[in-house]
Amino acid sequence: MKLEAGNLRVQLRGREVLKGVDLAAEPRELTAVLGANGAGKTTLLKVLAGLIPAAAGVVRLNGRTLDAWPRRELARSLAYLPQERTVHWALTARTVVALGRLPHQAMGQGETATDRAAIERAIAAMDIAPLAGRPVLAMSGGEQARVLLARALAQDPQVLVADEPAAGLDPAHQLTLFQHLAAFAASGRTVLVALHDLSLAARFCHKIVLLNAGRALAAGPPAAVLTRAHLAAAYGIRAEYRTIDGIPAVLAFDVLP
Amino acid sequence: MTTTSREAFPVGLFVGLSALVLMAFALSLAIGPSGFGWPHTGEAGRLIFWEIRLPRAILGALVGATLGLAGAALQGYLRNPLAEPTLLGVSGGAALGAVLAIHLGLSQVLSLALPVGGLLGAAAALLAVAALAGLRGGPLTLILAGLAVSATATALISLALNLSRNPFASIEMVFWLMGSLSDRSLTQVWLGAPLMLAGMGLLLLVGRALDALTLGEDAALSLGIDARRTRRNIMVGVALSVGAATAITGVIGFVGLLVPHALRPSIGHRPGLLLPASLIGGAAFLLLADIALRLLEPWAEVRIGVLTALFGAPFFIWLVLKTRSELAP
Repeated sequence: MKLEAGNLRVQLRGREVLKGVDLAAEPRELTAVLGANGAGKTTLLKVLAGLIPAAAGVVRLNGRTLDAWPRRELARSLAYLPQERTVHWALTARTVVALGRLPHQAMGQGETATDRAAIERAIAAMDIAPLAGRPVLAMSGGEQARVLLARALAQDPQVLVADEPAAGLDPAHQLTLFQHLAAFAASGRTVLVALHDLSLAARFCHKIVLLNAGRALAAGPPAAVLTRAHLAAAYGIRAEYRTIDGIPAVLAFDVLP
Repeated sequence: MTTTSREAFPVGLFVGLSALVLMAFALSLAIGPSGFGWPHTGEAGRLIFWEIRLPRAILGALVGATLGLAGAALQGYLRNPLAEPTLLGVSGGAALGAVLAIHLGLSQVLSLALPVGGLLGAAAALLAVAALAGLRGGPLTLILAGLAVSATATALISLALNLSRNPFASIEMVFWLMGSLSDRSLTQVWLGAPLMLAGMGLLLLVGRALDALTLGEDAALSLGIDARRTRRNIMVGVALSVGAATAITGVIGFVGLLVPHALRPSIGHRPGLLLPASLIGGAAFLLLADIALRLLEPWAEVRIGVLTALFGAPFFIWLVLKTRSELAP
């Protein structure tokens, strides 16, 4: 399913956070939203996931405006992974992953065979079977990130919106996580992530939307967006997009005066 | 692919708690100052059964269930293990309504003035909390609004006690505030039972939402949870059930705090499943506490609200120490 937004404007507590943003995330693609702190990435993702309303503009999922999607039906098609890794009670990983099946279950209904299969698939995909019986609160940040992503995968969504899923992870976990996201997109899903790591974006994402103060400064393939001029304007840094051993990366040299 | 086992539904726990409730209910009908046994025979026996023991047993079960369930629902919704049914201010409102009924002398004229005053007070408190917190705000606004209403009710109760010129009325107010299951008629039970049951019904509906809220509010919304409906069910459900319970029995503390706390580990910490468990567990707890009270009665007249606090406080201290040792590095 395609997720697209046109001329999005959002006000939070009287301040205009998004000032007319266009975006299109396609199936089979990993799309990244980049930008400095406070550029509006999280707000943009929340509007696209239907969590906060837009003051103007429109969000369409599969050609249908988000308002026209009943909440439960939307939850069966679109999963949202918040930036904060919140688990309030001492639930086991298996129980947390199973929460992803809530939109598919009628009230009072237990786990069906379909639910169980989706949960097992998600647990296998994130390689957390050995953790399944352990409480999530007692896990490391990397383990928690994998469990919570597995929860979103268990939702079996056509579109995954994830806010900084790699934040706080070590390089090995970051790489594995993005390999999973890339594989998920390759299976025909639409994946949209907010990111701070420019090299991960350059390497794994098909398309990048670079936000600057609530506006899209540039949008397109990584090589076209991550130019010296754009990086200077968006982040105030001198940085360069390079390819090292066939792998694209962004090297940041210093902060511009 | 290895399969992971889902946490099984704890059938044993629910069967055990339910059996405990039935046993305690039967025992509650059999124990009293007039002797052990089911006094069905004779005019006096029938009177004791229908007018004293049956209302007391039904109220013990219903009020205990209400307090356990409301505590579990609020702890789950606010994601705070220290939340308890008095937090929303409805029990404060109910207590104020009943105290005013005594203060104004209405309870002398009309036997139902106390529970009706309590219900009106609970309704007023709900309206005040709803107006203050709104239907859209987060849990924090709800806590603050509940605290504000509670504080106002407490202040007005103090004022009523302070201004009371009749020492008998003062004592009646103080005793009423301590909470009691005794000397309630079946009429009072019929007045409160439908409201408590309706409130409990609303609270049992929020289980899925509470499970989803484990992941935070944004994740819960994205899982298809209707935030406004959840908030409404919690507020109205607590107001109806706890408001009616307090209006009839006075303030009985600690049940709503302790029962969910004690049962949480045995249901895998799942907030949705904790609702029915705390409902049954609360009923068992209050029935048993009330039986213990009657066994004490030959020696001392202790109110049930005082007893739950007396036993609840050490239990809570033990929980604190346990939590501290679990959190210790």
